[in-house]
Amino acid sequence: MAQIRIQNLRKDFGAFTAVKSSTFTIEDGEFFMLLGPSGCGKTTTLRMMAGLELPTSGEIFIDGEEVAQKRASQRDIAFVFQMFALYPHLTVGGNIGYPLRSQGMSRTETRNRVTEVARILGIETMLDRPVGGLSGGDRQRVALGRAIVRQPKAFFMDEPLGALDAEFREHMAEELRALHDRMGATTVYVTHDQLEAMQMGDKIVVMNHGVVEQFGRPQEIYDWPATLFVAGFIGSPAMNVLPFEGMVGIGATSVNLGGHTFGMPELREGAAGALVLGIRPEHVALDDASSLRGEVLATEYLGTTQIITVRTAFGAVKLRLPSGRAVATGGQVGLGLDPRRITLFDAATGQALRSAANEKVLSHG
Amino acid sequence: MSYSVTEPSARQKWIAGILVALYAVITILPLVWIIATGFKTPSDSIAYPPKVVFQPTLEGYVNLFTTRTRQTPEYMAEHPPQTWAERIVAKYDMTIVGPSRFGARFLNSVIIGFGSTFLSVFLGTLAAYAFSRFKVPLKDDLMFFILSTRMMPPIAVAIPIFLMYRTLGLSDTHLGMILLYTAVNLSLSVWLLKGFIDEIPVEYEEAALIDGYTRFQAFRKVVLPQAATGIASTAIFCLIFAWNEYAFAVLLTSGEAQTAPPFIPTIIGVGGQDWPAVAAGATLFLLPVMVFTILLRKHLLRGITFGAVRK
Ligand SMILES: Nc1ncnc2c1ncn2[C@@H]1O[C@H](COP(=O)(O)OP(=O)(O)O)[C@@H](O)[C@H]1O
Ligand SMILES: [Mg+2]
Repeated sequence: MAQIRIQNLRKDFGAFTAVKSSTFTIEDGEFFMLLGPSGCGKTTTLRMMAGLELPTSGEIFIDGEEVAQKRASQRDIAFVFQMFALYPHLTVGGNIGYPLRSQGMSRTETRNRVTEVARILGIETMLDRPVGGLSGGDRQRVALGRAIVRQPKAFFMDEPLGALDAEFREHMAEELRALHDRMGATTVYVTHDQLEAMQMGDKIVVMNHGVVEQFGRPQEIYDWPATLFVAGFIGSPAMNVLPFEGMVGIGATSVNLGGHTFGMPELREGAAGALVLGIRPEHVALDDASSLRGEVLATEYLGTTQIITVRTAFGAVKLRLPSGRAVATGGQVGLGLDPRRITLFDAATGQALRSAANEKVLSHG
Repeated sequence: MSYSVTEPSARQKWIAGILVALYAVITILPLVWIIATGFKTPSDSIAYPPKVVFQPTLEGYVNLFTTRTRQTPEYMAEHPPQTWAERIVAKYDMTIVGPSRFGARFLNSVIIGFGSTFLSVFLGTLAAYAFSRFKVPLKDDLMFFILSTRMMPPIAVAIPIFLMYRTLGLSDTHLGMILLYTAVNLSLSVWLLKGFIDEIPVEYEEAALIDGYTRFQAFRKVVLPQAATGIASTAIFCLIFAWNEYAFAVLLTSGEAQTAPPFIPTIIGVGGQDWPAVAAGATLFLLPVMVFTILLRKHLLRGITFGAVRK
């Protein structure tokens, strides 16, 4: 059980900076997500936390103790790799018990612990089998078993479900989350799949190009993205972004998009020039009274909801509507934006402007 | 231009089969000749036309392993031959006075061949592991430098090595020959083994490191077992070279540490042109590497293709 604090962590590979200056805190018992597109530095961050890679600078605290320069074996954590790194010459039980044997635990006690772990994972009947013939899911269960059996301070998992097929992935994700809830151990989980992160995580760090874009609870990140990158990366479909030229001042409660005025949460900072208005598809409604109008380009049914794409003067805008509502393609519609749900971004920096609605979320980012 | 890939016709298969068989016969013929000559009498061995069918005898092998001396017929009558070997040499009025030096030379070959193979593979594995896993400054240059030692024919440095060995007192010593063959084999060994170790996913070791092993324990318990195939095939290559090496052996050894290759031709001079004894020596000399290679041929084949595929 551990609290993990990352302070200004940086990693250079030669002239290339994989992780710029990450700072975030993982509380004891959290299921913590490192989320971002491929190549953004998630694995590098996790490997530094685990001790498999030495940081160029910065600090890593596990339970208050600075461990950045310590060996992996001294950090008491377990790592689950994307490639199920099982020893081919050992059985399932042998693989799970391996870390214990290396710590010099007796044969009988190892046996007991392995059996217990296998029961938790539902693989107790496979203990004597060689790992060669196992399915992908079972191999990953064994890899998890190896991690759990040591009862480490924290689990680090690098896209552990990445190599499984979609259907099975979902099942394993649920299993993992349930396992975490039962054991309560701090878990850091790397994924590039924003849905997986939203579903499983207590907290999420969103990374891009080695930079922490945002850090917070899934709901906060979804509702109040701190940057344009997060707005575009989280949610499917992503947040609508409407670029415009304009000016907003501190205390403003409305914004003017080329003649269309929309109410919005009270701004805590001003900006001028190239701006972007962001709003989620579910917070856009059909509104004949609105002056923002456009042609319906497409409708896409998603079971209980449907996604409507409307071409406006500010680009395509997507709406999420109940699927009962019939909308004809090609027709003209007016769009209303929920004033409580609007985020403004400075297009030059990509940062969200602080408002009464998002300032709390942004302040701990 | 386009090519089509088709199943070869029966005729083509036949032609290919005959060509392969022909090639096999051509390459195997000298070997068969040597093995057969070892079992001929000296007169059969130089008969013309060569005898394909002959009465086999162990004369060549007895001559190979013994030194003999000619006796008067009276002496022979007084001391009748006791063993089967003595009976064979008695035909020529000879008695066995002791063992020849072949056994000792053969043993030298074993010590030097296996010793240098062990050292090449041992050092090669460690170096290859370091090159494969760690950030080594100038890694590519070093790897090329190691390979470049292979580009020069070793005999080109024969004279400096000869002088150097004489000064260092390494001439005609086991240690000297082991070091020399190791130096020659090491480049091959590092390159081959690096290929194998590169193929082993690094996650295995990292998992072991996190599980509490030291780097060296992880290497020994995780990397070595998985590199076994590569190590075996590298060992064969090193052994074949060290075992067969002739030029340096002639140059640097003459007594104490002489290996079998330079010794075998000297048999010719001992008591006439004893071709069967030479052939017997060559046959015995062939055996270890042949048996070794046949036993490990699966590894060897996999080793060649495996190590060759580089990313
Ligand atoms: N050992 C390394 N040497 C050089 N570059 C590396 C190394 N490891 C990772 N990188 C680079 O750092 C960046 C981040 O990599 P990584 O942390 O693996 O990303 P992610 O896990 O988010 O996909 C990538 O551009 C990758 O090419
Ligand atoms: Mg990764």
